[in-house]
Amino acid sequence: MIEIRQVSHRIGGTPILSDIDVTIPKGGITALIGPNGAGKSTLLGLVARLERLQAGRIAVDGLDVARTPTDRLARTLAILRQDGTVAARLTVRDLVGFGRYPHHKGWPGPADRDAVEEALEAFDLAPLGTRFVDTLSGGQRQRAMVAMTYAQGTDYILLDEPLNNLDLAHARALMQRLRGMADRHGRTIVVVLHEVNYAAHYADRIIGLRDGRIAAQGPAPEVLTEPTLSSLFGSPVRLGRVGEHTVVLHHA
Amino acid sequence: MTRAPGIAAAGLGLLALAAASLLTGVIALGPGTWDGPEALAVLAVSRIPRTLAALLTGASMAVAGLIMQMLARNRFIEPATAGTGQSAALGILGVTLLWPAAPIWAQMGTASLAAILGSLGFLLMIRRLPPTQPLLVPLVGLIYGGLLGAAVGAIGYQLDLLQYVEVWMNGEFSGVLRGRYELLWASGALTLLAYAFADRFTIAGLGREASVSLGLNYARVVAVGLLIVSVTTALTVVTVGMIPFVGLVVPNIVSRLAGDNLRATLPGVAALGAGLVLACDLLGRIVRAPYEIPVGTLLGVLGALLFLWLLNARPRHAR
Repeated sequence: MIEIRQVSHRIGGTPILSDIDVTIPKGGITALIGPNGAGKSTLLGLVARLERLQAGRIAVDGLDVARTPTDRLARTLAILRQDGTVAARLTVRDLVGFGRYPHHKGWPGPADRDAVEEALEAFDLAPLGTRFVDTLSGGQRQRAMVAMTYAQGTDYILLDEPLNNLDLAHARALMQRLRGMADRHGRTIVVVLHEVNYAAHYADRIIGLRDGRIAAQGPAPEVLTEPTLSSLFGSPVRLGRVGEHTVVLHHA
Repeated sequence: MTRAPGIAAAGLGLLALAAASLLTGVIALGPGTWDGPEALAVLAVSRIPRTLAALLTGASMAVAGLIMQMLARNRFIEPATAGTGQSAALGILGVTLLWPAAPIWAQMGTASLAAILGSLGFLLMIRRLPPTQPLLVPLVGLIYGGLLGAAVGAIGYQLDLLQYVEVWMNGEFSGVLRGRYELLWASGALTLLAYAFADRFTIAGLGREASVSLGLNYARVVAVGLLIVSVTTALTVVTVGMIPFVGLVVPNIVSRLAGDNLRATLPGVAALGAGLVLACDLLGRIVRAPYEIPVGTLLGVLGALLFLWLLNARPRHAR
């Protein structure tokens, strides 16, 4: 469970988040959606202690993120931010291997090596294992970063726009993989998504942010209505159906 | 493993260089000119200390450059050009003025402190630069280092200390004798400390957010790195003078060949740095014997050429 209580955040005097109060239950996929600049990334960054909490309280699995030692949190919570520019020249296998660092602290054992190989397999990266990350395409690099976060093996995984740079086959594969992690391994996944259709199909719960406040939250079918989405994005949105799937028409 | 032959080759190369260094100098040493105790004294007092000093300086400055590049997440900087060395010189200059009879530890301490402040200033300054313009970082570094260096020069000129300034700013090994280089063993120890932190520096090279996500105490890792870089540089400036370009070109060459996983590459960086500095020192002794060309001058020429080649050959990182 992620408890966010009365969190407000300002950057240089500008309010980014105001009075956020929300509980994300353990298990399942929660999608954070909302227009640009709504504060989604900031909220994720605060939960993952990447930014210092200014007001309020956040606890992940009962651990207060402001007080728990950072290496302890790294075994409970992993985050991947959207700016994945890797300046260092590491092989894909080494990069994914650093996902295990919180567990082995520099002395990887057989279990760590197995976890790395499994992550490489899971994200279709085994043939690229010995390539340097800076020689990969944007999409391949993004997959390597996600694989590293996956290899960290935490109960809570936060992903900030993980579908960036991914073609539709890899985007679908990543969302299915996240679904599997939630369903089979009981992981709790919080993901910022730009494309509402992925949220519609894969998320259990949706939190809509607008202007630094929670504009909507609840089980996906309750949030995915034409009036809610239209007012959340400030732009007319229609819903349609293809077979059994709800499709969000926001582009035409 | 494919690494064993490489390690053997590097080891043999360093041994050969060291042997050549022991036998090269104004007093001829070798078969036919060997005269027992006299020759042993030359070795013990001059040649062995000089060879060790070059190896230690090269290894530690190359590693310091590598760490600085990981912390700044930029390939094109090194302590000798980005203000660390100049700050150290400013520190010794200050101590020379205010406390002329200062013992060596006081000089060392002041130089280290000044180097830490200077490097910290640099890191804070480049934090504000746009990450999309990586070439701004070395440019700012050159201007910053240039300004600090100019301050050292101006103060030295005013107070008639230019001779000393010259010694600190232009490294050479001709003055190295037994009893006058042993501080450099501390740089060697700092290089070993750097190896203990290798994984943490590699992760720091992924950026602050990735580091925190992996549970690293990022501020502490930066502090340790800064300490290693600054004290190593200060030790070098105090004992032999500033050695430019080793910290720049050696990590770049190793990174191109073997990547940036420091646990694997740091020994190679240290070995190549040691070899490069010793080779340049040897060359400086041979080119116009019996006179010498300072190693700093040779490295300046050679390093500038290597740096231009690197800039040209790696446009991928300049964008």
